[in-house]
Amino acid sequence: MLLRTKGKPINIEGHLVGKVTRNPDLLDENSFLLIDSFVSELPSKNFMGVLSRQDEYEVKNGENVVFKIPTLDHLTDGDIVSVGNDGNINTLYRVNSFHNTLLATERCNSNCLMCSQPPRDKNDIPIHYQIHKKLIPLIPKDCFELGISGGEPTLMGNLFFDLLSQIKAELPETEIHVLTNGRTFAWNHMAERLGELDYRRLMLGIPVYADYYQVHDYIVQAENAFYQTILGLHNLARYNQRLEVRVVLHKQSIPRLTRLAKYIYKNLPFVEHVTFMGLEFVGYAPHNIDKLWIDPFDYQNELGEAVEFLAGQGMHVSIYNTPLCILPENLWKYARKSISDWKNDYLPECATCTKLGECGGLFTWNLKKHSKHIHPFTS
Amino acid sequence: MIDAIPDKISRKFKEKDQFDLNRNSQYYLLPFRFHRLTDEKEIIVNEVGDYLILSNGTFESIVKRKLDKEKDKDLYGDLIANFFISEELIPPLIDVLATRYRTKKLFLNYFTGLHIFVISLRCEHTCHYCQVSRVTQNRDLYDMSLSNIDKGIDIMFKSPNPHVTMEFQGGEALLAFDHIKYAVEKAEQIAIEIGKGLTKVICTNLALINEEILEYCKEHDILISTSLDGPKYVHDKNRNKPNASSYELAIKGIELSRKLLGHDRVSALMTTTKLSLDYPTEIVEEYFNLGFQGIFLRNISPYGFALRTDTSKYETEKFLAFYKKALDRILEYNFSGYHFTEDLAKIFLTKILTPFNVGFVDLQSPAGLINGVIVFNYDGGVYATDESRMLAEQKDYTFKLGTLNDDYNDLFFGRKAQEIAQLWANEALTGCSECAFQQYCGADPVHNHATQGDMYGYRPNSDFCQKNMEIIRYLIELMESDSRIKRIFESWAKTATH
Ligand code: SF4
Ligand code: SF4
Repeated sequence: MLLRTKGKPINIEGHLVGKVTRNPDLLDENSFLLIDSFVSELPSKNFMGVLSRQDEYEVKNGENVVFKIPTLDHLTDGDIVSVGNDGNINTLYRVNSFHNTLLATERCNSNCLMCSQPPRDKNDIPIHYQIHKKLIPLIPKDCFELGISGGEPTLMGNLFFDLLSQIKAELPETEIHVLTNGRTFAWNHMAERLGELDYRRLMLGIPVYADYYQVHDYIVQAENAFYQTILGLHNLARYNQRLEVRVVLHKQSIPRLTRLAKYIYKNLPFVEHVTFMGLEFVGYAPHNIDKLWIDPFDYQNELGEAVEFLAGQGMHVSIYNTPLCILPENLWKYARKSISDWKNDYLPECATCTKLGECGGLFTWNLKKHSKHIHPFTS
Repeated sequence: MIDAIPDKISRKFKEKDQFDLNRNSQYYLLPFRFHRLTDEKEIIVNEVGDYLILSNGTFESIVKRKLDKEKDKDLYGDLIANFFISEELIPPLIDVLATRYRTKKLFLNYFTGLHIFVISLRCEHTCHYCQVSRVTQNRDLYDMSLSNIDKGIDIMFKSPNPHVTMEFQGGEALLAFDHIKYAVEKAEQIAIEIGKGLTKVICTNLALINEEILEYCKEHDILISTSLDGPKYVHDKNRNKPNASSYELAIKGIELSRKLLGHDRVSALMTTTKLSLDYPTEIVEEYFNLGFQGIFLRNISPYGFALRTDTSKYETEKFLAFYKKALDRILEYNFSGYHFTEDLAKIFLTKILTPFNVGFVDLQSPAGLINGVIVFNYDGGVYATDESRMLAEQKDYTFKLGTLNDDYNDLFFGRKAQEIAQLWANEALTGCSECAFQQYCGADPVHNHATQGDMYGYRPNSDFCQKNMEIIRYLIELMESDSRIKRIFESWAKTATH
């Protein structure tokens, strides 16, 4: 799935954020006209600019333009893009997707061995914030769910709360799911401030990879991270925040997985959801694959014990990113089709599988590294 | 905060040993206790009830600092993760431990909930173990007067607890049904006025139950709690009713009550007598066949029997054998897919397996007398527990806090209450203070007094201790030896907390 493209810019200053449309009648001051082939005349109203595939472009009214864009096929009417003065066109919001995410920053205070989106240290927070500030009012009010990820979003500091306040005001019906390592909430005042937002549609997804600090700290490559995260979870619970604990399954997290399940129940019984996730073969993971790889087929006992224990105690549990043919049948009811549409794929042998419709499949990048035990169901 | 991150930090991956916060392997002990379970195994339990089962001798190497962080990697991790040892003098997660401790003592949060009104001492049964009730027509002497009911209700609503329970006991409570009606209607009105929750329960042998009474219970949302000691041959021997079968009346009453009120509005309690001890399986089957979700295998009450130390050890052993046989049968039901619980085990298991707790009068610390339950006797006496008023029938007024004419503060915080409060926390009782099962067990000053002559009690020959220690040990042994049983026990503990 293509999410960015680039053309030649004319007149563009800074970053423009707008919806796209191919229909001149729908154009307004917040939208770009998409031009796939030649048009003789531009509509005579006020709109944000033109995004065109044409090889040549003649400016008529001083309008903002990006031209010579290789393709616009990935854009649907209503999608929202940012257009930079360098000609970059990034898709920020896809109107036909349930998996829209705002990237808060690429900075992070951890450096997880299996990070799917390795952090960068450049201070990109102000620029992302400026773009999101323009983006949020344009998002359809019936948007069902919106993710916020990073990097580590809370490194935005004050802007993190500003961003959430704006979303709460603009999109009161939208479920917000923030992925954070939770460490900054070890400072009670951060949790307290979040509590003050009184944001019932906000859910924080926070990873815990072991019950023992050294294992967790090693996985996230940050000293004291475990203690900070656990304190953070407790502080957040004190202010009634909705919490999800996320566990990525790999060679480092499996040995203490059943202990972790007990630990979660005993020490974090207030969390609303516990998710166990298969490893993504992207980002740092290929580089660290020797430290991380265990065939998912080989950890099903541990996974089953952890999942059934937590579910048995009345906790809501899900398994993500794991094909059905790997899971024992008693765990199927916990499996969710979790992979965002644009990074979801299946193997050639899946074509004949009778469970294809129910199976969540694989990450596109995991087609290169998957369990040896994938086999289509025949009946 | 943004600036807390330098623009260039090394993102080179480090090895695991670089995340060891304590390279010199020194560690501190957090509060925990141990107990030898079997010849091979010992158990350690921390301050919030988390436990680890270890092979014998491990406890010693832990406290003697002989653990090898590398060699005993898994155990070391377990001990740190479960708050047994700490690498820092003050553990980094001490606030989490504090929260968990508060959660375990949450039953103290609201103060007195259960208010027992002994609405009449009269009874139409003549059960041989009951030394309390009277067969008489004299209502003036043995029924709770309307003015005492008023005072009791007044005191009940002074409780800071946002939800109070008013439970009518006897004698046979239904002999004074008109007084129950009076009390219910008065309490309901006040509850609405001041915005408190109110649960109403009638304890009855059901002999006198009829549709009219049940219609009233339905209308006023009153729960029925009855007595059922087992099959007919046990129940009728225990509970003598002149010219009738107590058992048959109870069964008919249960059926009728379920029909009119709903299945789950009727519960039953058994009393274990010497006779019952021979019929563990039969008693369990009786409860199962009657469609109950579980059974509470209660200890032989020392009050009716005037059980004393010399005979109690033997009696307790017999009770434990009875208990284990009965539990076996209950587990069999569970193995074949039924959810059927033993409620004493359920209380212990909630403490052992969950981060939560359940308040139960003598299985909590501080004990539930006064701060969880209070008894208003038919004659206006106020007692710390149901057992306390039974002692009073034997002329022992040790646990009489005063009368309904007294001031709330004098009753609940007066000298008598203070005296009892000295001895109601097992954390501060010799024997219990170092017991591994302290967090799972409780304190019972009334029982200590009744059986051993003083509220402090002496653990080495206390039947209370003998019983609880063995049942807790046995439950753990069962779980550790059979993962199916562990699953079942986990599901019992869950139902207690949801
Ligand atoms: S064969 Fe493919 S579609 Fe079928 S269960 Fe496995 S991964 Fe899913
Ligand atoms: S009564 Fe016995 S089992 Fe209970 S805490 Fe005290 S010593 Fe332990």
